[in-house]
Amino acid sequence: MADLATLVRPWHPLARYGEIARLWIRAEISYPASFAMLVVGSMLINALDFVGIAIMFSSIDQLGGFELREIALLYGATGIGIGVADTLIGSVERIGEYVRTGRLDQMLTKPVPLLVQVCSDRFTLRRLGRITQATVVLVWALPVVDWTPSRVGMALVMVLSSSALFFGLFVLFSCIQFWTTDANEFANAFTYGGNTLTQYPLTIFPRELAIALTVVLPIAFVNWYPCLYLLGRPDPFGLPEWLQFCSPLAAAVVVTAALLVWRTGVRHYTSTGS
Amino acid sequence: MALIDVQDLERTFVVRRKVDGGRRRLRDEVRAVHDLTFSVEAGEMVGYIGPNGAGKSTTIKMLTGILVPTAGHLRVAGLDPSKDRVALARRIGVVFGQRTTLWWDLPLRDSFALLQKMYRIPTERYRANLERFVELLDLRDQLDTPVRQLSLGQRMRGDITAALLHDPEILYLDEPTIGLDVVSKGRLREFLRALNAERGTTLVLTTHDLQDIEALCDRVIVIDHGTAVFDGPLPALHAQGGSTRTLVVDLVDEAPAIEVPGAVVRRVEGPRQWLSFPTEASAAPIVAAVAASYDVADLSIQEPDIEEVIRDLYSRGA
Repeated sequence: MADLATLVRPWHPLARYGEIARLWIRAEISYPASFAMLVVGSMLINALDFVGIAIMFSSIDQLGGFELREIALLYGATGIGIGVADTLIGSVERIGEYVRTGRLDQMLTKPVPLLVQVCSDRFTLRRLGRITQATVVLVWALPVVDWTPSRVGMALVMVLSSSALFFGLFVLFSCIQFWTTDANEFANAFTYGGNTLTQYPLTIFPRELAIALTVVLPIAFVNWYPCLYLLGRPDPFGLPEWLQFCSPLAAAVVVTAALLVWRTGVRHYTSTGS
Repeated sequence: MALIDVQDLERTFVVRRKVDGGRRRLRDEVRAVHDLTFSVEAGEMVGYIGPNGAGKSTTIKMLTGILVPTAGHLRVAGLDPSKDRVALARRIGVVFGQRTTLWWDLPLRDSFALLQKMYRIPTERYRANLERFVELLDLRDQLDTPVRQLSLGQRMRGDITAALLHDPEILYLDEPTIGLDVVSKGRLREFLRALNAERGTTLVLTTHDLQDIEALCDRVIVIDHGTAVFDGPLPALHAQGGSTRTLVVDLVDEAPAIEVPGAVVRRVEGPRQWLSFPTEASAAPIVAAVAASYDVADLSIQEPDIEEVIRDLYSRGA
């Protein structure tokens, strides 16, 4: 089956993704003024987001046992993750709209795997604002880490895993729209909601929530566990140290689950019609 | 083997409805298509017609791989559409008249460029095809216009170009002339005839506009309540529907109803009279008989109204 080929031979559809995305970028930057305004606007909105946390620290020194730069590390890691995922596949949220308008039918008559078409459709660089802001915050936080080669490696793994985790979550929760086309807000609760939760140290939440975010909705792997390793902190909840190395595994599980649910969703759609 | 091979195709939908003010939910099965059998050879132009809800769109969606059949045998170009959807997509073109495949915010040219990437059309062939269709469909001045600013007719021509850039063997057209003016309709039909003649492209056309069928299709499949009630050439459809032609006679003076063998007067309005006679009968002896007995100022013959024929067919099938 074609979808199976997507799983086995990822480079082919990825190349198509790149070609389609490039054409959208070309179309977008053909209006440079409007493009520049959108990117700057998005950067300003995101910049203010972290300013809020920074202002909070003018009256407190620590939050959940973490100082501002440490929180900036958490914030930057999750921000880059969701920013990259949102840039690459943000359109997947629009599945419900595609179903309602019949666009999905059109896509099903094109010789490109559906997920590639949906993710690359209306690709826009304006979402780069979030990545830029998160990167600035992360870079500002870097001195708080006592860098060693293994910590550099962990930082890279963290950025890749958090992107992959959010990619999986976006796809996973967007699939609900194959069954209920208006489920977009419900999906946002988990993706953007998950992003907001992980901007803070999990120590401000009850232990039960931290465990739930490890085993049920594993967004603690986005930044919490890798950052504990980077900061050389023992697990505040007394959970096993090896969890700090499990982010790639968590990402692989979520992405695989997402692709399987996606296939089920497409099959459900093509066997029920619009 | 036929290019399109449909045998005992069936498609049911499950419809859930609430009863008792929403307290109970009933599960109904609706058979959108059943016992549907037909085949289409390469190069044919087939009209697929039927009233709303007859199962036309469901059939097209199964033929293109968008919907999975519930039962039956279906092969298009030797492929199982829902299983080999991506492979089949390269060989077919689909135009849904009421929805565009183009991107609203992009200029027509960029939409075409995206399709070139999706279908991986070699640049040289892409350029040649684009050049040709833009010329034939008169789209040159619209290439740099965003799709949302195009008129309905321009958009439709854009959609047809989009469906043909990759040289499909089969072109499915769902209501291609809906909303178009008479001139645009005429040009579009001319273009489709030429496409079929020159490239041998197989055309499957669903439409409400029976002039499309008369102008384009040698063969008609009529579907009603999910199954084919007629499959054959257009003249046979007339015969089966018991349709009639009409001879309109303008007499020099008013006269009582004309009496000639083989024709019956349907209507009299001053000096003008309408006589109907069977489609398969020759008009010549009737015209001669009228001219021999009356002072005729003018004569004309109206071909049967296919819409009536089909209405008749539906009412008998129901």
